[in-house]
Amino acid sequence: MANEVCFRNMDLDQPWLLEQYKSRGGYEVLTKILTEKMTQDEVIELVKESGLRGRGGAGFPAGLKWSFINRNSEASRYVVCNSDEGEPGTFKDRDILRYNPHQLIEGMIICGFAIDAAAGYNYIRGEFWEPYLRFEAALEEARAAGLLGEDILGSGFNYDVHVHLGAGAYVCGEESALLESIEGKKGQPRFKPPFPAHYGLYGGPTVINNTETLSSVPVLLKNGGDWFKGLGVENSAGTKLFAVSGAVKNPGVFEVPMGIPFSELLELAGGMKDGKKLKAVIPGGCSAPVIPADEIMELNMDYDSIAKAGSMLGSGAVVVIDDSVCMVKLLERMSYFYHEESCGQCTPCREGTGWLYRIVSRIERGEGRQEDLDLLTSVGKNIAGRTVCALGDAAVMPVNGMLKHFRDEFQYHIDNKKCLADS
Amino acid sequence: MGFKSEPMTTMTPLEDKNSLFTPEIRSQIDKWIGKYPAGWKQSAVMAALSIMQDENGGWLSREIMDDVAAYLDMPPIAVYEVATFYSMYELEPVGRHKVCVCTNISCMINGSDKIVDHLEGKLGVKLGQTTEDNRFTLKEVECLGACGGAPMMQIGKQYYENLAPEKVDEILDGLE
Repeated sequence: MANEVCFRNMDLDQPWLLEQYKSRGGYEVLTKILTEKMTQDEVIELVKESGLRGRGGAGFPAGLKWSFINRNSEASRYVVCNSDEGEPGTFKDRDILRYNPHQLIEGMIICGFAIDAAAGYNYIRGEFWEPYLRFEAALEEARAAGLLGEDILGSGFNYDVHVHLGAGAYVCGEESALLESIEGKKGQPRFKPPFPAHYGLYGGPTVINNTETLSSVPVLLKNGGDWFKGLGVENSAGTKLFAVSGAVKNPGVFEVPMGIPFSELLELAGGMKDGKKLKAVIPGGCSAPVIPADEIMELNMDYDSIAKAGSMLGSGAVVVIDDSVCMVKLLERMSYFYHEESCGQCTPCREGTGWLYRIVSRIERGEGRQEDLDLLTSVGKNIAGRTVCALGDAAVMPVNGMLKHFRDEFQYHIDNKKCLADS
Repeated sequence: MGFKSEPMTTMTPLEDKNSLFTPEIRSQIDKWIGKYPAGWKQSAVMAALSIMQDENGGWLSREIMDDVAAYLDMPPIAVYEVATFYSMYELEPVGRHKVCVCTNISCMINGSDKIVDHLEGKLGVKLGQTTEDNRFTLKEVECLGACGGAPMMQIGKQYYENLAPEKVDEILDGLE
């Protein structure tokens, strides 16, 4: 039961071509919706029933998000796809863009129909040049086939999808920063409420979903909500793309049912690299607190199981850490990342991420003081929950996770001015 | 509601936009403008800056940013804000090849430190510097979303994955 949804065409020779996508029933669901005159509410209800949750990190129910849109709004409505994949460890949406772009386009058209949108925008991070070209080529094919543009398939529905290319900013993965970026501004998150569903792109009601979420829609509509639910476990429907990287033999993206035991996922990735020993795992991208080896080996990969262990499934980016890695050095690199990527709008995050980085850095260099461990916790408390967006919280969570599970390594650095992992 | 989403405007819009850029560049930028709703041509500012950066050998001068502002009827400060916010825009001249090496966690676990050491040794520059012959600029970047191929780097628009020092040599030696 793998490769059922987003990767279901991976065995084809050139799955990114329209003709090949169609050979597997591609655009059949869209055709059915538009020609058999399914109502917009019926489509939204089906997505709701399927239990599909947002795959970008937050896990918000997708159908519910769509249902918030007021289709009678004066302002035009928009669909925005978030392909600004930047959470360290995450590399799944890149493969959807490269290998299955038509399924994403079909999902974006269906969403556009459901909320009666004027247009759709796919925000692709600027570094993804090759995936961008692939996606553009797919858009051209779809336009030529009458699947985008005026009067799609004779239904009277007018809708087009465009790419907006980013230019390097992690924070633009935050939905309201992403909207600002499309509007031609620096990507600083908006204060919420109003949420994008009420006041989004160009002031119109907007659905923003992750690439994997929108790509899942055509398949779950085709096979039904119960089928989709049946793939996963309770509260975590469907399959999920897990991007496994770090100290494994065969890193890569694996589409497997939600709730798969971590130990099986590790096996799929070829097990540990060079006979190394598993030390810990970051289960959902850099911002998800680390889980030690003995705990993760007993866990299943679904929203609830990972949450119970004090972490989060996030984007499904699984970073495998071996016992040669110094946790202080690893955290130093992560804290540098948040400091570098803080947009500077909110003082607690702009200043606090710098404090976190400098404190962890001096512990790493052997210049740490005993009070630094409490200071890290205290700085974290003054960031989390006090900022416009979640980047501040994301910077604090890995610090707290490391101090909870690997405090001894930090203590060793302070006491002995060197690394426990080396000794 | 306190927040309102409106395009920025300039007090002194330039009448004759044909004095800016070449016809080819104008048509490239216009293609991007066409993707966005009427009145929102400032949405094309990121694309316009990227196009002009490529055209100008990899970096943006103040004059270019001012021209982009004039073309899109934006105040120059709004364009500077964008150009200074996003990491892919360069505000100083760079070498012919911009070598962007990722050192974030998945790459770090797979030995990106060694790749950086090797690059610095081979090119004779530190991270953030340009070689004397202006062939290479070496830059440390954040996660580029190719962690399955760690360690990795990007040169120009191309990704290079599963790096080892010998492979880095081969790649760099193959460039002009």
